[in-house]
Amino acid sequence: MSRQPLTPDEYHELVSKLTPPSRMLRGYWRAFWVGGLICCIGQALTLWAQQLNLGEVTAPMFTTSCLIFLGTTLTGIGVYDRIGKYAGAGSAIPVTGFANSVAAPAIEFQREGAVMGVGARLFTLAGPVLAYGIGASVIVGVVYWLVRGWVL
Amino acid sequence: MNTLWMFLKAFVVGGLICDIGQLLIMRTKLTNARILVLFVVSGVVLTAVGVYKPLADFAGAGATVPLTGFGYSLAMGAIEAVNRYGLIGAFVGGITRTAAGITAAVVFGLINALVFKPHAKP
Repeated sequence: MSRQPLTPDEYHELVSKLTPPSRMLRGYWRAFWVGGLICCIGQALTLWAQQLNLGEVTAPMFTTSCLIFLGTTLTGIGVYDRIGKYAGAGSAIPVTGFANSVAAPAIEFQREGAVMGVGARLFTLAGPVLAYGIGASVIVGVVYWLVRGWVL
Repeated sequence: MNTLWMFLKAFVVGGLICDIGQLLIMRTKLTNARILVLFVVSGVVLTAVGVYKPLADFAGAGATVPLTGFGYSLAMGAIEAVNRYGLIGAFVGGITRTAAGITAAVVFGLINALVFKPHAKP
């Protein structure tokens, strides 16, 4: 009895067919509550920023910076990878996950040196995110400029 | 009560946005990097068509903390800078508005890499 090797597509289909629904639900639940909790930490930081009388523009900057500090530090002490293993997207999608994606490869590739190791690997994931994010924002700005000039 | 409601909104909306990411992880073969890029660009596009600002006003940190919120800041920054500086604002606004976050990520990431040693993957 010889079996045909599975193509990646067939394998993927097989895996999702054999994964019990309860495990899928568990994944969604974990991502939901961890992601929600991180957003609540952000909300608490925003309230704190308002008490410090930071303005409407600077308060979100304060919140984001604090969360990023939290994300990189938890990555440094090795906690964030554990959270990530438990929560999946719940820890990857919040901005702390972005911080993790900056800090983790930089720490991992220390031995390649301070410049091409740490310095370059900081941008392993941040590079694509910034490139496409900034690119899209420039397009939005230019289109907005065109539409505004055209309508007015 | 008002504060509790605010946290509840942030929790539910933030959690649901993360669940969209979880759906992409479990149902598609997209890599993590692609999902992050997709989320940021989606945030920019949703802001441009006017969907994301009402969501951010409603859910607060629940909408601004996920990576779509990073896209929201980029797009809002670009639009506001165009209002102020004209066309060149499109090249100014995105980064200006997100400067603190980007700098924090780079600097804290750098400090971390200098302070901590690599860990074994759990």
